[in-house]
Amino acid sequence: MNWSWPYFFEYLTNGLMLRGAWTTVWLSVVSMAIGLGLGVVAAMFKMYGNFALRAVAEFYIWLFRGTPILIQLVIIYTGLPQIGIRLTVIESAIIGLALNEGAYLAEIIRAGIMSVDKGQNDAARAVGMTWRERMWYVILPQATRTIIPPLGNQFNGMLKTTSLASVISMEELMRNAQMLAQIEFRVLEVYIVAAIWYLILVSIWGLIQVRIEAHYEKPFGPAAAVSPDAKKKLRKATQQAGHV
Amino acid sequence: MNTMSPSQIPTTKRIKSLGEPIVKIDNVRKSFHGLEVLKGVSLEVRRGEVVVLAGRSGSGKSTLLRCIDQLETIDGGSIRVNGELMGFREKNGRVVPLSDGQIARQQRGMGMVFQNFNLFPHLSVIDNITLAPNKILKRNKEEVRTEARELLAKVGLPEKENAYPRQLSGGQQQRVAIARALAMKPEVMLFDEPTSALDPEMISEVLEVMVDLSHQGMTMIVVTHEMGFARAAADRVLLMHEGSLVEEATPEEFFERPKSEEARIFLSKILHH
Repeated sequence: MNWSWPYFFEYLTNGLMLRGAWTTVWLSVVSMAIGLGLGVVAAMFKMYGNFALRAVAEFYIWLFRGTPILIQLVIIYTGLPQIGIRLTVIESAIIGLALNEGAYLAEIIRAGIMSVDKGQNDAARAVGMTWRERMWYVILPQATRTIIPPLGNQFNGMLKTTSLASVISMEELMRNAQMLAQIEFRVLEVYIVAAIWYLILVSIWGLIQVRIEAHYEKPFGPAAAVSPDAKKKLRKATQQAGHV
Repeated sequence: MNTMSPSQIPTTKRIKSLGEPIVKIDNVRKSFHGLEVLKGVSLEVRRGEVVVLAGRSGSGKSTLLRCIDQLETIDGGSIRVNGELMGFREKNGRVVPLSDGQIARQQRGMGMVFQNFNLFPHLSVIDNITLAPNKILKRNKEEVRTEARELLAKVGLPEKENAYPRQLSGGQQQRVAIARALAMKPEVMLFDEPTSALDPEMISEVLEVMVDLSHQGMTMIVVTHEMGFARAAADRVLLMHEGSLVEEATPEEFFERPKSEEARIFLSKILHH
């Protein structure tokens, strides 16, 4: 057996790995944020756009959900320079990951908006809101509740999907692990450590996700009761009101 | 169905003088998927008048109300409120649909109350009422809040401003919905079966608010099966049947001397249950 604990522990806190893990985190956050924007726009186009906008959204979602993210990244970074579009590694990674994510989020957001009762739109129109006002003040705040849990799962996936950006030499956790493996050829130790780092990141996110979901799971109403006693009172009051 | 007994609601109506026509509906047609729901409906409602629209389900009365409030786009005819053509404008002798923003502006002049209340569940009672005056009319927040509290007192829920819709009973929710509509200071109030989704014991609390409103001179078009309300507050009762208005009468005439066969059948059905 050729397993070295000293290498393992050295890699666990190696600067290259730590920097890689940090890059994985910010790359995920930035790509997710941009992807969310793209997803909202694509969902809006698909649901409320004219024929041309709907076609654009449909094509975008079909294209990016229908091809491997690996091919998308390689085309963006390695292929596009052939037609004069030169992007840096970081730009390519962010654009590729965000475009891919946006296509998936579009469907999630669409489902969230459709889950809002149709009467809400009628009521918002009846008080004279324009489409934009209805979306912003009435529909989206309610759709958020449905969207939050799948959105959290998508971010969990994103943390790991960023490892594919290693093929275009984005120096995130996976890429840095590869580089470290080239030095001493302690392949097993390096990749076990990388795997552990992914587990740590995903687990931390899991804890955050639970808190966010708990917040959004509560029915619309008074903020979380501070004490168990107040909680009991609130439950009683709700039961007394009877109609939910 | 006739849950309001004469003892609950004063049957002697205030004598009021009606103003000029405020809503003018002319030969309105509307179809859904090839099925004609409104077959050329014409109707004038005068300022301060309370009109009850009765009829069996599917007769088109709710659709007519939704067309007046621009929640549905009419296929033919015209609707004018205060002389202004609703939903369309004339351009070079042709009518073209108004933009989203222009329709929204027209809708602000009318208040609508729905069968299922449709309160905004993510907002407290007071925020439900103040949302549109604050965000859409961009009025002074303090002023709007004061008015909202007055409206809550008017509908008998002064202590509920911080409650959320799910914490209220159906009757309370519907009264908040009425306050929300009134907060926009509409000239016409439209009620689409406002008590149909309510438990029987909550119907009268909503009807009382509506009767009050009629006494204050509000112009109201009410789709309802509550004939007690029609007797107590309506100036006119209209009966819709298969997309047309088949009877138009004062409540007294309607209940005692119905002219059309449809009205007689309708009355025999609702009065004998």
